[in-house]
Amino acid sequence: MKKLFFMISLLMVSAITYAGGYRVSTQGQRALAMGHAGVAVVNSAELAFFNPAGLIHLENKINVSVGATAVMANAKWQNTSTGQFAETDGILKTPFYIGFSYKLNEKLALGLSVTTPYGSTVKWPTDWAGSHLVNEIELSAVFIQPLVSYKINDLISLGAGPIYATGSVTFNRNLNRTLTDEEGNRSNVDLEAKGANGFGWSASAMITPMEKLKIGINYRSEITMKAEDGDATFRNVPNSPLAPVENGTVGFTAELPMPAELSIGFSYEFMDKWLVAVDYNRNFWSAYESLDIDFAPEDYPDSSNPRNYEDSSIYRLGLQYQAMDKLFLRAGYYFDQSPVQSGYYAPETPRNDSQGYTGGFTYQINQKFAVDAAFTYLHFKEITESYDYYQENGQNVPFEGTYKSNAVLVGLGVTYKL
Amino acid sequence: MKLRHISYIAIAAIGFASCEPEFDNPVEDGGYFDQGSADFTTYVALGNSLTAGYADGALYIRGQENSFPNILAQQFMQVGGGEFTQPLMNDNLGGLLLGGNQIAAPRLKLTLVEGSPSPVPVDGTPTTEVTNTLSGGFNNMGVPGAKSFHLLAPGYGNVAGVQTGQANPYFVRFRSAENTTVLEDAVAQNPTFFSLWIGNNDVLSYATSGGIGVDQTGNFDPSTYGPNDITDPNVFGGAYTQIVDGMISAGASSGVVLNIPDVASTAFFNTVPTQPISPADLEGQLATLNGTYAQLNQAFAFLGVPERSIQFSESGPSGLVVKDESLPDMSAQLTAVLTGAGVPPAQAQIFGQQYGQARQTIYEPELVTPSDTSDDADRTDYEDLILLTTSSVIGVVNEDRVATLVGMGVPQAEAAQLSINGITYPLEDQYVLIKAEQDEVAAATTAYNQTIKAITDANNLAFVDANALLDQLANGGLSLEDGTFLTSEFATGGAFSLDGIHLTPRGYAFIANEIIKAIELKYEAEIPNVNVGQYSEGPALY
Repeated sequence: MKKLFFMISLLMVSAITYAGGYRVSTQGQRALAMGHAGVAVVNSAELAFFNPAGLIHLENKINVSVGATAVMANAKWQNTSTGQFAETDGILKTPFYIGFSYKLNEKLALGLSVTTPYGSTVKWPTDWAGSHLVNEIELSAVFIQPLVSYKINDLISLGAGPIYATGSVTFNRNLNRTLTDEEGNRSNVDLEAKGANGFGWSASAMITPMEKLKIGINYRSEITMKAEDGDATFRNVPNSPLAPVENGTVGFTAELPMPAELSIGFSYEFMDKWLVAVDYNRNFWSAYESLDIDFAPEDYPDSSNPRNYEDSSIYRLGLQYQAMDKLFLRAGYYFDQSPVQSGYYAPETPRNDSQGYTGGFTYQINQKFAVDAAFTYLHFKEITESYDYYQENGQNVPFEGTYKSNAVLVGLGVTYKL
Repeated sequence: MKLRHISYIAIAAIGFASCEPEFDNPVEDGGYFDQGSADFTTYVALGNSLTAGYADGALYIRGQENSFPNILAQQFMQVGGGEFTQPLMNDNLGGLLLGGNQIAAPRLKLTLVEGSPSPVPVDGTPTTEVTNTLSGGFNNMGVPGAKSFHLLAPGYGNVAGVQTGQANPYFVRFRSAENTTVLEDAVAQNPTFFSLWIGNNDVLSYATSGGIGVDQTGNFDPSTYGPNDITDPNVFGGAYTQIVDGMISAGASSGVVLNIPDVASTAFFNTVPTQPISPADLEGQLATLNGTYAQLNQAFAFLGVPERSIQFSESGPSGLVVKDESLPDMSAQLTAVLTGAGVPPAQAQIFGQQYGQARQTIYEPELVTPSDTSDDADRTDYEDLILLTTSSVIGVVNEDRVATLVGMGVPQAEAAQLSINGITYPLEDQYVLIKAEQDEVAAATTAYNQTIKAITDANNLAFVDANALLDQLANGGLSLEDGTFLTSEFATGGAFSLDGIHLTPRGYAFIANEIIKAIELKYEAEIPNVNVGQYSEGPALY
């Protein structure tokens, strides 16, 4: 166990990034290898995230699943009218997950889930054409959730638990499209909030109508992350009584919703060695109406950035095949609908509809330990879009361009059972 | 087994990581744009301050970097354009030294003066010495202050002529030889493409001086012109033809020309309202003033010129008292009538002299008939234009006039009361562009623009109707493709810099984009547009 905890603490060092909006679907290598379908798959302690009602169905007394994913996301932007172009700096991020369950008796299990389901890291070249919207952003959140899993009867089990979320955000953008100081350096603001937090819950059910068919449903509530004592640092503002703000640090408050998510799906075992899983996720992104930043000084203009996200759906399909005694192979596909409406496409989350192609395997080293691996290639169609709600002197000045993104995710995990 | 799998993962990871997103048709790779039938290899820009990048009342490095030719040249680089050089000033202050003496003042900045934003000169002494002549040809040959015929004038860059007005200090800075002409230096660079925006100063210096110069229409010898005169349209036409012919025969097979904007569409002439006096400005004095003027108005009525009556409104804005040199001088009659009415002779004398050509500035839009649907219908034809620079003298006691009156035996206090600019003392010619002067400017501008269009068409050049564009800025403003909104509003409209005549970086970027459109049309080219919103619209704050 000591070794295991060492690994966990290493993984804690960095947590972040990826999917529609700022949802990052990497909460279990076994599920991810099957298109991140897992609400009705009873396989490992990954269930702590996907469907805690399933934890009671795990055969062993103690189950642990830990893992991390290396995410390499890239985005390019160009404007064919002006000939300008830019691409993001590829930054490697490693979202992680920990799932744990302990079976008290045949009816009741306790569990713990620690995950990073939301995050975003995007770094455009400083002072690029869209720098009035974002130079760089890094958003991360860790969800910590104790769980109870209870089997009512052979047909139905339930699971639930409260969620504590804690996170941080750093965000830099230029104050507007043109302002510079005396030396020509663009005026910008750095927003930094640590220890933003919020509370929520999740509840789930698993139904087993026949031995090989499982149906799962999981609902996770919205969590509003509140940053109460953030620091906004203004830089390179010209020294003039007519400048909109002064150089220096002031406080700010802001809120960011981690939207609610509903998952429904089934899994079916067939021909001895095969399993198919289908999930449907509904993400209630309409909670994200606007990113409003309220600067502490009364005379500082507050920043309102309409987002108007829409609820969106994700369709997931996965297959598992037991190739050898100790080797399971997996493949999957998902279609991730973007919550961003046309005209609200902001370069801080350059994500449109995407298709995920996944694959992976589990190798059972011995009775207790297994290694899980998953690869994902996330494909985004080239899209010409704009963010129309940036205002200059009361006029909307759209930021337009063609975007092309992709992401590669390589994940490793360990499953332990006793 | 386990290790082997992990190495597969590593290989797969490397393979994936190199898999960057690619556009179907990336602009980055070049070949996206097309020069058409134009050749941008060597672009030479000819013109005046607007070509040089003059802004905020001076030429300075940051302004030059945002000159429209420099903005254009950066876009041309994606369609075969070469390097573009400019005779950069020595600093960001602007202003000039000649032999160590300041001959041009530094630029303006906007700051708070007594709580309201006002343009003030930046602190510092200019460091650009005219006699430090730069070497090498320069692609941007814009010479601030140059009129059409100056581009052909030998010795225009000879420092010896600067003090007498025969030479231009800005050209002295970068001419190749003392007796060369601007055109010769342009031709020597073997241009393949040129821009020409000249002729503005042929009317503008007359207008910005409030019409103190002479309309030289009919005088074909520009060597006899003063600095604030209007150039004869034939002289303009001859010079223009020579410049265009010179560039084309030098090898510039393609080019773009811009016509001359109506001066009235600049912020310099439409910022100070024609009726700038409010009742609050005259608090406590309104009744006394109107009482005094009532006496005068009776005399005007008696003399059959009631339209010259002067009265300040108690509820709304009022016009300035100005001296209109186009009116018959009625000083003697006025003195006689006032004396007859019992005004003491000495006072009648002074009143007669002071108000013999006086009237109040008028703004009478109702005189524009509804049937008048021409473009100018919304801008009254019966409006005096008050210069931007006049705002600083309105309501100020004219000390020269006080001294004169005291010399005539008027007590100091009374002399001061009779010497308030625009209220009691009629503003002189240089502060107001009256209707008659506007007509002269308009006639010359129209004639120049006809010439420019004819020469453009004859030589098959690209053409930008700068006159129409600035007119739109002044009448409602322009919404650009990217949503950026520009108007000619002083300091806040985004187009005009703090001198009210020259443009902001965004204003110049806007012009550059219009030039690109014209070039694309004429030469079937595809040139990257300028991201106008990325150029500064705000007044200089430092």
